[in-house]
Amino acid sequence: MAVLQFREAIREALTEEMQRDEKIILMGEEVAEYDGAYKVTQGMYKEFGGKRIIDTPISELGFAGIGVGAAMNGLRPIIEFMTFNFAVVGIDQIINNAAKLRHMSGGQISIPIVFRGPNASGGQLAATHSVAYETIYAHIPGLKVMYPSEPGDAKGMLKTAIRDNDPVIFLESEQMYGMKGEVPDGENLIPFGKGKIKREGSDVTIVAHGKMYHVAKQAAEQLAKDGVEAEIIDPRTIKPLDIEMIVESVKKTNRCVVVDETHPFCGFSAEVGFLIQREAFDYLDAPVQRVTIPDVPAPFAKNLLELWLPSPKQVIEAVKTVTYRN
Amino acid sequence: MAILIDMPKLSDTMEEGVIAKWNVKEGDQVNSGDIIAEVETDKATMDVEVFDSGTILKIFAKEGEAVPLGGKMAIIGEEGEDISSMLDGDSGSEKKESSEKKKEESKSEQKEDKKESKDFDPLFGDIEKDEASSQEKEKEESSSDDSRLKASPLARKMAEKEGIKLSDVNGSGPNGRIIKRDIEQFDKSASKPAAASKSADSSKVVAGAHEDTPISQMRKAIARRLSESKFTNPHFYETIDIDMKQAIAARAQLNELPDVKISFNDFVVKAAAVALSQHPKVNSSWMGDFIRQYNEVHVAVAVAVPDGLVTPVVRNADKLGLSAIGEQVKTFAQKAKDKKLQPDEMEGSTFTISNLGMFGIEEFTAIINPPNACIMAVGAIRDVPVVENGTVVPGKRMKVTLSSDHRIVDGASAAEFLQTFRKLLENPMNMLL
Repeated sequence: MAVLQFREAIREALTEEMQRDEKIILMGEEVAEYDGAYKVTQGMYKEFGGKRIIDTPISELGFAGIGVGAAMNGLRPIIEFMTFNFAVVGIDQIINNAAKLRHMSGGQISIPIVFRGPNASGGQLAATHSVAYETIYAHIPGLKVMYPSEPGDAKGMLKTAIRDNDPVIFLESEQMYGMKGEVPDGENLIPFGKGKIKREGSDVTIVAHGKMYHVAKQAAEQLAKDGVEAEIIDPRTIKPLDIEMIVESVKKTNRCVVVDETHPFCGFSAEVGFLIQREAFDYLDAPVQRVTIPDVPAPFAKNLLELWLPSPKQVIEAVKTVTYRN
Repeated sequence: MAILIDMPKLSDTMEEGVIAKWNVKEGDQVNSGDIIAEVETDKATMDVEVFDSGTILKIFAKEGEAVPLGGKMAIIGEEGEDISSMLDGDSGSEKKESSEKKKEESKSEQKEDKKESKDFDPLFGDIEKDEASSQEKEKEESSSDDSRLKASPLARKMAEKEGIKLSDVNGSGPNGRIIKRDIEQFDKSASKPAAASKSADSSKVVAGAHEDTPISQMRKAIARRLSESKFTNPHFYETIDIDMKQAIAARAQLNELPDVKISFNDFVVKAAAVALSQHPKVNSSWMGDFIRQYNEVHVAVAVAVPDGLVTPVVRNADKLGLSAIGEQVKTFAQKAKDKKLQPDEMEGSTFTISNLGMFGIEEFTAIINPPNACIMAVGAIRDVPVVENGTVVPGKRMKVTLSSDHRIVDGASAAEFLQTFRKLLENPMNMLL
């Protein structure tokens, strides 16, 4: 098992898939000659050439649309957004064309496309560049949404996304690109809708995905010192969601905290909370709690940003609430 | 169209009725107005009449079975009609079985659904869950006495499973919410003194030959109403000794008339009724947040029947003559023996008299018959030596004991009523006033 950086794991997935299937192309800003804004695609231009690794102008609506058209015509494009905060400019192509064409053509046209790039906050980038989008995309029928938290997951999940014949939103994180983790050797496809118990525990279930998994992990380590054993479930795929795994865990622990970097109202945490109360009502010993960013755009100031982001401290507080320890 | 016959409300207080007799069987033709069954309520055996004509398609309860108020008794319709949709549901004895079956069915349904639509139906959202939520409701109803307590769903479930009453548990969560930990740490033995003493009682029971009798509707009613009365009404008792010489003479005189047969009990009823009209405080009811004083006097008379007692009511007894009272009581007694007393003949009393004089009982205390304020226990007329004008002479005396609800009546007002009552019996002519 190799230890790789997150960006390297993604690069491996992209490279292996492009070697396997020549219909796969990769398009985006600075992906080719500059080797990627975050060096995810480093060396790929050299290997696959300008016909398959394509630099685009700063025109998200344009190249997202070109991607959808290419997919309609038999290619399997991967569209990289420099961040998903910029994808908002091209969101009409994603929501109205990529997501709906199969439905509107009565199944005649499928759109095998992956939209990928960093999601959510990445430091002091201010309100317009700090939004987590998984909730918004997961809301749209026709889109699958993945958000890995570790390099090993990222590789296996991205390969699954690329091989799917329908559009997939694949979310990464600037702050996780340098993070190292074990990546299984050989082919290791991780299916959609399959979560993973990343830490076993009996006292509380913490549901956390993407960057928030690491916040939950820090909280769990601290909680263990206080005698509270948290079980952390990383759903990995946001939609379809592995609610069975979450419910099974809640039936065991009787309490749940959802950690989520999207806004609270109609957010991912709201959906998980609803499903838990519906599926595990009689097993709950406390109302489900959530730790999210507030219903406020991101601040720029460092001290405010730290307060705005979900922190291990907030997770610990929420766990104490559901376990009646405060 | 098939029509469901459900258990009608045959008395104001009934909660269920026992099918005493079916006059029809499945397949029989009935016409509007036919009496299809006799039902034993807490008060009497009543006829159940049908208002529609047709064929009896289904009979739900066997003779001797209890059916709750509104529970299914029978279905009437046209022969061969499909009534399958009316068969399941909540009839008394079938209730448990069918709801269990339903549960199983919905479980298997859910399993199938799960494969097809993991989270929700893409077109109709959460419809598949309706069945489950109605089950939830059913359960909640069954534990309704705990419903105002705050408890986590898990704690509720655990308590139900372990047979712990939530009201016995102290909640340690916010706002006193009962949580898992409270149930886990709950000391069952500490909270169950009632159950413990019960088992101690039963250990004392002699193990030899014995006979267990099922409790009749009437016994149930007696048990419930009188326990409630004795345990909630603060009773106090006052006994008075009455010279019956004049009453005996008056009775002898009246009974010489042809076709007149007046009992001492009729004298007692009349005297009590007249006294009540003069002491309305005794003629009243405790209504929780006010006291209702009645302007009319309706005297209930306790009548013993083989399995208990009934209390038919002599209405406006203060305005009736002695022979009218006597007639009514005699008719009631016969009807009571035949179990033919109608509920309205046993309702609306403002006072009750229980007379055990004929058994030679000298005096006794009675339990107030709710919602009355008082009950009068009448003893036998005894031959006793009495002092009259300084010499001991043979006398006729009768003791009555009044049980009063102290929330309504105080000692002095009860005593004043008894005084009036005594004066009336000692000078029966005054009753004519």
